[in-house]
Amino acid sequence: MMATPEARKPYLRISNLTKRYGPFTALSDIDLEIMEGEFICFLGPSGCGKTTLLRAIAGLDIQTSGRIEQGGRDISVLPPAERDFGIVFQSYALFPNLTIFANIAYGLENRRRPKAEIAARVMRLLEQVGLADQRDKYPAQLSGGQQQRIALARALATEPGLLLLDEPLSALDAKVRARLRHEIKALQRAVGITTIMVTHDQEEALTMADRIVVMNHGVVEQVGTPQAIYRNPASAFVADFIGAMNFLPAQVAGPETVRYGDTLLRCLPHELAAGAPITLAIRPEDIVVQEGAAAAGGGENLLSVQVGELEFLGPFVRATLEGPTGQLKADFSSNLLRRTRLAPGDRLAVQLLPERLRVYPRASGAMSHG
Amino acid sequence: MKSPVAWSVLAAAVLGVSALTPALAKTELTVYSSIEAEDLKKYAARFNEDHPDIAIKWVRDSTGVVTAKLLAEKANPQADVVWGLAATSLLLLKAEGLLEPYAPKGVDKLAPQYRDSVNPPQWVGMDAWAAVICINTVEADKAKLPMPTSWQDLTNPLYKGHIIMPNPASSGTGFLDVSSWLQLMGEEQGWKYMDALHENIKQYTHSGSKPCKQAAAGEATLGISFEFRAAKSKAEGAPLEIVVPQEGVGWDMEAAAIVKGTKKLEAAKTLMDWIVSEKANRMYNEGYAVVAMPGIAKPVPFIPENLEKLMIENDFDWAAKNRERILAEWTRRYDNKSEPK
Amino acid sequence: MAEPSLITAAEVGAAPLPATATAAPRAALTPRLGRDDVLMRAAMAVIGLYLTVSLALPLYALLLKSFQRKDGSWAGLANFVQYFTTPSLSQSILNSLFIALVSTVITVALAFGLAYALTRSCMPGKGLVKTIALIPILVPSLLPGIALIYLFGNQGWLKGWLFGANLYGPLGIVIAEVFYCLPHALLILTTALSLADARLYEAAIALRASPARIFWTVILPGARYGLISAAFVVFTLVITDFGAPKVIGGQYNVLAVDIYKQVIGQQNFEMGAVVGMLLLIPAVLAFAVDRAVQRRQVALLSARAVPYAPQPKPLRDWSLCAFCALVAVFILGILGMCQFAALVKLWPYNLSLSLKNYNFDLMDGGGRASYWNSLQLGGWTAVLGTAVIFVGAYLVEKGRGFPLGRALFQFLAMLPMAVPGMVLGLAYIFFFNHPDNPLNGLYGTLAILVIVTVSHFYTVAHLTALTALKQMDPEFEAVSASLKQPVLKMFVRVTVPVCLPAILDIAIYLFVNAMTTVSAVVFLYSPDTTLASVAVLNMDDAGDIAPAAAMGMLIFYTNALVKLGHGGLAHLLERRLQAWRRR
Repeated sequence: MMATPEARKPYLRISNLTKRYGPFTALSDIDLEIMEGEFICFLGPSGCGKTTLLRAIAGLDIQTSGRIEQGGRDISVLPPAERDFGIVFQSYALFPNLTIFANIAYGLENRRRPKAEIAARVMRLLEQVGLADQRDKYPAQLSGGQQQRIALARALATEPGLLLLDEPLSALDAKVRARLRHEIKALQRAVGITTIMVTHDQEEALTMADRIVVMNHGVVEQVGTPQAIYRNPASAFVADFIGAMNFLPAQVAGPETVRYGDTLLRCLPHELAAGAPITLAIRPEDIVVQEGAAAAGGGENLLSVQVGELEFLGPFVRATLEGPTGQLKADFSSNLLRRTRLAPGDRLAVQLLPERLRVYPRASGAMSHG
Repeated sequence: MKSPVAWSVLAAAVLGVSALTPALAKTELTVYSSIEAEDLKKYAARFNEDHPDIAIKWVRDSTGVVTAKLLAEKANPQADVVWGLAATSLLLLKAEGLLEPYAPKGVDKLAPQYRDSVNPPQWVGMDAWAAVICINTVEADKAKLPMPTSWQDLTNPLYKGHIIMPNPASSGTGFLDVSSWLQLMGEEQGWKYMDALHENIKQYTHSGSKPCKQAAAGEATLGISFEFRAAKSKAEGAPLEIVVPQEGVGWDMEAAAIVKGTKKLEAAKTLMDWIVSEKANRMYNEGYAVVAMPGIAKPVPFIPENLEKLMIENDFDWAAKNRERILAEWTRRYDNKSEPK
Repeated sequence: MAEPSLITAAEVGAAPLPATATAAPRAALTPRLGRDDVLMRAAMAVIGLYLTVSLALPLYALLLKSFQRKDGSWAGLANFVQYFTTPSLSQSILNSLFIALVSTVITVALAFGLAYALTRSCMPGKGLVKTIALIPILVPSLLPGIALIYLFGNQGWLKGWLFGANLYGPLGIVIAEVFYCLPHALLILTTALSLADARLYEAAIALRASPARIFWTVILPGARYGLISAAFVVFTLVITDFGAPKVIGGQYNVLAVDIYKQVIGQQNFEMGAVVGMLLLIPAVLAFAVDRAVQRRQVALLSARAVPYAPQPKPLRDWSLCAFCALVAVFILGILGMCQFAALVKLWPYNLSLSLKNYNFDLMDGGGRASYWNSLQLGGWTAVLGTAVIFVGAYLVEKGRGFPLGRALFQFLAMLPMAVPGMVLGLAYIFFFNHPDNPLNGLYGTLAILVIVTVSHFYTVAHLTALTALKQMDPEFEAVSASLKQPVLKMFVRVTVPVCLPAILDIAIYLFVNAMTTVSAVVFLYSPDTTLASVAVLNMDDAGDIAPAAAMGMLIFYTNALVKLGHGGLAHLLERRLQAWRRR
């Protein structure tokens, strides 16, 4: 979804948000704007601060400093009950002694609503999550996926302005998880509610989010659409965390060229000084086998490599390639493999697509990030 | 709090607190006493036959404890009346200025030595109790112990570990034993006697009745106690012989007084009037052979007839004055064999 | 974000601004309190105040008193000096330590045997053994002493078994304490042994280790935290108990009884305070060690492995069964003896049966009224105590923010575990009976007995409540707040129903203890509020041992009945109200 953010006003605005626990800084100076109706994922390894940020937005663990605005209202110091959100936790947190119906109706009580209206609303929600026939059961009698859907229905019952999902799928098995991704996303679209989901699962983030907020060590590394994050990772950390990536040590040669071993490679434009040590990054699918004439002709960005292990992964094969100064991983389609009868030990030429070859300053390292 | 449950919890809590506060009766006198527990109800009931409008709230403990309690509460007295406490203790309280002088109606009918010598008297006597030895005949036969006839006999090494006596610090009976030995034998001989007796003592008990009860149950063979308890236990069928030692026995008077500062003086006076009445004296005689009003006493079953004759000339004033010193000396010498309390 | 970005601004969307551009205020925020926060903090303040008044301030008054003379002037260490220079008093320290050590070794050894039989064997009748072994919890600690007099006293049926040794003294005290402490040690050790890792056994057996070697290298080390914990719990129970030494201690003085003797017997409150302070030391020490060990035990527990399932082995099973039978006979013998003695007309000379010993009104101790008072005390303690303790635990566990207040509250809630009942009772005299204390109207009422009993048994009940609450999803409150529902609704509709079994357990625990406790209340009862347990003490004091046994057994039957009722009720709840627990 490539909506133009400028066209809509930000619904949630976070500025200069910092959270400290004693000497430990869990969140450092976070700034973030979330548009109305957006589905945002906070993605990062455990301990990166994503849940802390979610809990600050909910008012469950109020930040040390900084400001949060929701729908133009400053909610920075408000207790949870005075904010406007629904929340779903990894544990579902369904009230075990109340029926499914009573769980969903819980938030609708004490609001001077007639009983019939509450019942109608609950039933509509139950239908939306496809569990209308389970209304009189207790949570323990439902499967994990069903419980998660009830938790979602309960969070949506009061029609909050913001839906917060704290790792909602991580307690479920793979199949149920994949199905629920779709259901949650579809439900979110149908309701049109601004949603923030915390996850450590990049696949989940890539498939569900309109925009992803990648976090590490309490700071936001990058914010962008799944495509943007995947195609143009802003840092080596993001590059490494999302998808597979080859990292190669090299040196700057010119404004659009780098030296990798003895080879001069063209890459995306950068502003680093010549001679600076850098890390080259390229995704396995961006390493292309040169067949026939192309292999012989002196094409651009070519490397001569020897095929090592071939790992069969269904539609494609992940090949380990022994290059002049180290190993590379490349993804070749199964079709290509059948056509070329590639086998371990073969020598071949591959091209590192110049428009996909990214450059990161070496000081920041391939794996660690400053 | 909209929830009905919350309201009912609150209501229950409020009700609870109010239920915990005791309800007040008509006129209630707090009466401190060390008369036998089994007599408390009877005494109050007999009094209420004549004065149903005054309720008695008993606080009963052994003589030493009641005395210490009254002294400790000197600044803020809790008791209205003392009914049934050793005269030695009342003399002590009188010396501390804790008693309210009052001449009950009919007090002149009591024998002169059974009331305070000053006028109006600060205390009045009820009855006398005297030290005796309870001997369990079954156990004595088993251990082949001879029947003692005198205090001196008790120092016979044969009795080692067989004798129980009350601790004078907490028991009035215990104190009258010690003070009578000191009066009979003189201080020096008295302590020497107790040193010897101490060798044979199995235990010093907190209460004055326990030695006889223990003897009755065969837990001890000889118990130094007092005649009222001895007779009761014997009447219950215990194999007891009651011996009045031939040297003479210590005795004390049970007495009554009004506590100075009582807010219920009128009711207290009414009770005092009843305490010296003939009806009351007849009631005391149901358990005690010697009572304050002359010509009333009838023999009490199982109490040896010679008891009154063997009661020594007891110098209550001396005993009261020297009580603290005697107890300190006794504690220093013998307390490690004392029963807990 | 120091390195230059290769991505266009449009793609990045709301990318963070450079740090220099930020101008928003960075002052630390003070979270605004919601209505529920205010309510919860207010409730915590109220219960915290209650704990302060019922615990911290009295203990402070006690501390102060131990440094004062009778007239209230400052005495410095004079009272302590006097104590330690009076041999008959300071001897009690050694006596107490000796009794506590011996009782601990015997109790823990016996309890280990029982726990071993219950968890590691296939012997028959496990349920029965466990039920019998837990009986002593239901009786006042004075009762075993009384039974021992009838069994081994001068007129005891089994007097010959002692070979002429004197029952009154260390021997009697130790036997009585073993009876009294056995269930406490058993509960701890059963838990510890049931956490065994079967894989260790399998490994040991695969290595062909002898059974003795397995015992010393696998079983004992596995239960070591349980053993340490049990040892300290028993040690504390014994050194602070005064029921057994009071009844059967004879001339053997111990600390707990010294307090009683100084305060009740001689009205020497200052010396009582000194002994109280001394008694606090071993109890606090034992408490600290136990807490440290418990923390480790938790780590052991979370790494729980394959549970051990014993295989039948006739020789081991039957010898353990015989051992358990012996212990069961000991416990039932004590109870049976008490009941028989209570019904006998005149022990030992007239063994015909009668109910005369039940005529409590003719004895010291407050008569039948004291039994009703005890029932009232038990009832109020159970109802009010459970409410206060459970709400308090809820606030500590589920309160939001206010970490200092919650830590302080938690400390106060743990404190009673380290304070012996006698010390607490004595502290109450100093605090509540002070003429300047606005609360001194409570003195002598049933209310103060309820307060002291709740405080005395606070910790165990608090921990029970915490355990139950920790099993609740920590996010319930967050969900409820996000749905804009008051925390009180959440508490009433979800927390209490889900924790109902634990709440019932707490109520029963408080009731049973209120019925049997002597130590704290003995200083605080008044003529209107005499208690059955204290009546047992006072009747024994006056030599009316058979009636004391009768009253003690009455307490036992009451507790047993309540416990049975609790079992029935729990069963009913399980079926009716807790349907949601079933899948």
